[in-house]
Amino acid sequence: MATTLRLRDLRYAFGENPLTAIALAIFALLVACAIVGPALVPHDPLATNSDSRLMPPSAEHWFGTDQLGRDILSRVVVAARLDLGMAVSAVLLSLAIGTTLGAIAGYRGGFIDHLIGRVFDTIMAFPLFVLAMGIVAALGNSVANIVIATVIINLPFYGRFARAEVNIRRDMAYVEAARMGGNGAARILVRHIVPNILPPMMVQASLNMGWAILNAAGLSFIGLGVRPPAAEWGIMVSEGASFIFSGEWWTFVFPGGALVLAVFCFNLLGDGLRDMIDPRRRT
Amino acid sequence: MGSFSLLRRVAGAIPSLIGVIIVTFLLSRALPGDPAVYFAGPAANAESVQQVRESLGLDKSWPEQFVRYVLDLAHGSLGNALTTGQPVLDDLVQRLPASMELTLCALLFAVVLAVPLGVLAAAKPDSLVDHLCRALVTVGAAFPTFFVALLFVYLFYYLLGWVPQPLGRLDEIYYSMPPTVTGFLLVDTLLAGDLEAFRGAAAQLVLPSISLGLFALAPIARMTRAAMLTALGSDFVRTARANGLSRRTVLFTYAFRNALLGIVNTMGMVFSFLLGSNVLIEQVFGWPGVGSYAVSAVIASDYAAVQGFILLMAVAYVLLNLAVDLVAGLIDPRVRFEG
Repeated sequence: MATTLRLRDLRYAFGENPLTAIALAIFALLVACAIVGPALVPHDPLATNSDSRLMPPSAEHWFGTDQLGRDILSRVVVAARLDLGMAVSAVLLSLAIGTTLGAIAGYRGGFIDHLIGRVFDTIMAFPLFVLAMGIVAALGNSVANIVIATVIINLPFYGRFARAEVNIRRDMAYVEAARMGGNGAARILVRHIVPNILPPMMVQASLNMGWAILNAAGLSFIGLGVRPPAAEWGIMVSEGASFIFSGEWWTFVFPGGALVLAVFCFNLLGDGLRDMIDPRRRT
Repeated sequence: MGSFSLLRRVAGAIPSLIGVIIVTFLLSRALPGDPAVYFAGPAANAESVQQVRESLGLDKSWPEQFVRYVLDLAHGSLGNALTTGQPVLDDLVQRLPASMELTLCALLFAVVLAVPLGVLAAAKPDSLVDHLCRALVTVGAAFPTFFVALLFVYLFYYLLGWVPQPLGRLDEIYYSMPPTVTGFLLVDTLLAGDLEAFRGAAAQLVLPSISLGLFALAPIARMTRAAMLTALGSDFVRTARANGLSRRTVLFTYAFRNALLGIVNTMGMVFSFLLGSNVLIEQVFGWPGVGSYAVSAVIASDYAAVQGFILLMAVAYVLLNLAVDLVAGLIDPRVRFEG
């Protein structure tokens, strides 16, 4: 089932919910920041300037400057690449791995199903943010490990969903027909079953993006993963937090605002996509 | 039947506990490089690293190490924390009440607000309350906890001055710490008869509890609303209405009791969220609980302490889920009799 989005479908969906159109505009802005942002920003995001430390927003520095005199607007824009990059790669990886594991479990059943199910149960036995903390602390403090931790804590959601969907379809007539035609298990899964469960899985993934961003930002807020002087929203909020008692609000409000905007946008897009693909689940 | 299914439920938590212990063990062995170097700390020399390696049994095979780890746990030993020089278990036990007091207050705030909000929103769809409910749910899903906490501090402490300085549980310059009985300052200050200190402790608790509770509020309100809508649309509610029962009776006795099961079942997710976000909130408010302890341990690469914290949180979470299950069984007999 090839899901091509036709213009008419888009207009229909946006007509129902204008918020989705707003979300799409924010999304375009964020993606633009991530791709061409570093080339457009007015100042070098890493350049320190001791003469202009903690300056409030002005015509020169729209979002003000931080404790090292770096331009906050430039840093917020440049950070989009790292923040979105972490979230997108984490979500895509957990989608791929979770779907594979879940599909195998649901199709094979038996021992493998039990084993994979037990692994998912064990992950879910932890408060997820705490497990992510533990994984990053154990594997080492790096951006790659934030992504790995986010993938691991997300796996059960995709895996269980894929398992249930495959399990329903395993004995359906079209799968039976494919089996009679002499297709092997792998081919049946890849060619016949997975394409059918992909649209709802994609909805799940887009609804998951916001959460992945929050998770990564939360980890870097407590000092895990991203290291200074890298520009990243979570760590910028954390650095700005020290100036709260002297009233330099712009140091944490702008990066935090960017974080909220991104999460809000992905949540709305996820809702919009769900309405388009699976109207029954609309709330 | 009752006690048997109760036993089954309790036994059902055991595989989760075993899984949790295996994972925390594996995590500690996944440390890059030589774990003995990590556990020995940054000031160690070759000799002390070797000493640590032997004392931790790291020169043995993995299965042997695992058995040792489990035996140590059985004796209540989680190793020593490098940062404080004390046994990790003592550190955690000493700091746990602060975290529990904060989490319980947040939970109380969330439930007291979210349940009536969800009920009213479902009773009057598209009313002001309904829109408020939906707005709160959207906001609760988009704002990072730590950012909202910081905004609150800026607004209510720095700009308005309504709350005391957000550092710790009690300002010890103005108030004296009550003798520790329960470890909960709200209780201990009352036991000591010190109303001033009680007020001081409560003032410190308000902002962190609200910041943490706000995000537990969103899923509870959403679930309450959805469960109430389902219950209100069902046949038995229609029949109750047709029989001329009062709105109140229909709403609370018929619909709410049935919606309760769904609400209780979301609590598992809510607890996962609360225990995780607790770490972030404690960090913002300088709260001397287990979360801020874990953060400083992570930054100092004090792995024994991190491991102890993760194990404690996971065990607490498994037990909370068990409690949710048991309560669900109490509320709804159908859950109790299912296999």
